[in-house]
Amino acid sequence: MSAPATSALPAHASLRELRTRLDERQVSAVELAEECLRRVAASDLNAFIDVQAERTLAQAREADARLARGERGPLLGVPVAHKDVFVTRGWRTTAASKMLERYVSPFDAAVVERLAEAGAVCIGKTNCDEFAMGGSNEHSFFGPVRNPWDRSAIAGGSSGGSAAAVAAGLVPVATGTDTGGSVRQPAAFCGVTGLKPTYGRVSRHGIIAYASSLDQAGVIGTTAEDCALVLSAIAGFDARDSTSVERPGEDFTRELDRPIDGLRIGVPAEFFGDGLAEDVRAAVRAALETLRERGAQLVDVSLPKTELAIPAYYVLAPAEASSNLARFDGVRYGHRSERHTDLREMYCNTRAEGFGDEVKRRVLVGTYVLSHGYYDAYYLQAQKLRRLIADDFRRVFDAVDVVAGPVAPCVAWDLGSRVDDPVRNYLADVYTLPASLAGLPAMSVPAGFGECERPVGLQLVGRAFDEARLLRVAHAFQQASAWHLQRPA
Amino acid sequence: MPLSRDEVERIATLARIALTDEELERTAAQLGQVLALFERLRAVDTTGVEPMTHPHDQTLRLRDDVADETNRREAGQAMAPAVERGLYLVPKVIE
Repeated sequence: MSAPATSALPAHASLRELRTRLDERQVSAVELAEECLRRVAASDLNAFIDVQAERTLAQAREADARLARGERGPLLGVPVAHKDVFVTRGWRTTAASKMLERYVSPFDAAVVERLAEAGAVCIGKTNCDEFAMGGSNEHSFFGPVRNPWDRSAIAGGSSGGSAAAVAAGLVPVATGTDTGGSVRQPAAFCGVTGLKPTYGRVSRHGIIAYASSLDQAGVIGTTAEDCALVLSAIAGFDARDSTSVERPGEDFTRELDRPIDGLRIGVPAEFFGDGLAEDVRAAVRAALETLRERGAQLVDVSLPKTELAIPAYYVLAPAEASSNLARFDGVRYGHRSERHTDLREMYCNTRAEGFGDEVKRRVLVGTYVLSHGYYDAYYLQAQKLRRLIADDFRRVFDAVDVVAGPVAPCVAWDLGSRVDDPVRNYLADVYTLPASLAGLPAMSVPAGFGECERPVGLQLVGRAFDEARLLRVAHAFQQASAWHLQRPA
Repeated sequence: MPLSRDEVERIATLARIALTDEELERTAAQLGQVLALFERLRAVDTTGVEPMTHPHDQTLRLRDDVADETNRREAGQAMAPAVERGLYLVPKVIE
């Protein structure tokens, strides 16, 4: 989407650029919000589920009033979109499910609350895979999101709407959630920058739960710097999330301009095996070379349990999902089936009608692995594997500062081409799942293009709570490359 | 190896999800594929490995035993499918 030169919002403006324009009163928050709303309305990507222009403009007027009073802040007046698993007052919160088609939350998620306090202006709710389950954004009750680089390709998932919206310049930044790769993989497929923080870093309060021991809120933006600015606003302890970590707030931009000379970057052999497509391999290798030229030291390392992350994750996440989604029973909120003669039938038909295929599949798998006689063989064994996978990282991080590799084994595939093959979809998560299981922070950074001119992402994984260094490596890469500045036609 | 129809029916009942005959067939085949994926997991020797329930192995916090939520029953019940006099209505349970 190309915007006219006189437009209030230059297509893909960085937050720093928006900051200058807002502070110097060259543009108002209302003008920025109106421009985003225009672009969303004109877009054919199906990236948004709910837009409420009046509410957006009310928030923008409030931001302008704060600016007029002389208030300043990195996100004051900046447009943002929220993945539709963050509950919001005023906007619908559907989790892209028929179950919650008309649901409106009585409260805001912690992330929504914090960004509103910082003065960011909500443009709307972005499309995603139903209940964040999926890696293609084809499992949405509201239809698939299209990839702005190629409308016949998937946007990736589950935060596909957020990634596509940022890539197409509909909004400068958007929130996402990442349980097994749901921020990193769509960011890679759409050629934008995505950050999944350390588990527990950002409050889960008000995120519709999928797999609670893995769910983490994240950010999608054009640059590492933009992600750092948003993370600084949303991170921090929240007593309402039982697994929120008690750490003081941080300025995650603080290390961005430090050089990466001598930094040790681990390159795991298991991330470059047979399953990796040649186009992705070449782009990622070239990106690693760029980091080496910037002064980083590449170190060969091994994460031997990498492939076992797939079965471990696809036991643990569905098990937790089967428990979390038990709340959708047609009694307190959401869809209720008309077809019933008794309570049990009401439950069964409500859930049959309200959930899509992938959600049903995961709830059933989760129910199976937790059921009598199977618990030890599957669930407990997966938790033990999770420990071994985390131990692999611990060992590697004794020798290196950051781990780097591909985000996904291939570029975005064609819409509809893998819908009937769940296992094939699961296998494509192999490189994002290990960091999820270990609870580590990880990023996706644009690293060029592969087949059909579709984007490739470089994945960076850091030590727990080491986001500042991770962002510094990503920023250094973006100072030495221009992939993140490429725009879809 | 596909799961048996009976097995799928048993799980679907536990999960409270009604499946049509056609869905039952398809689900049996797909769950079979997913379970086949898990076989490699079962083959790993994990003797002596402590299960990891949580990334940071932290213990859950305790909070002071004081009420910290205001009563928002009306807001909570505003989106319920069926409510009467502050109560959620469900189909008759006891004959």
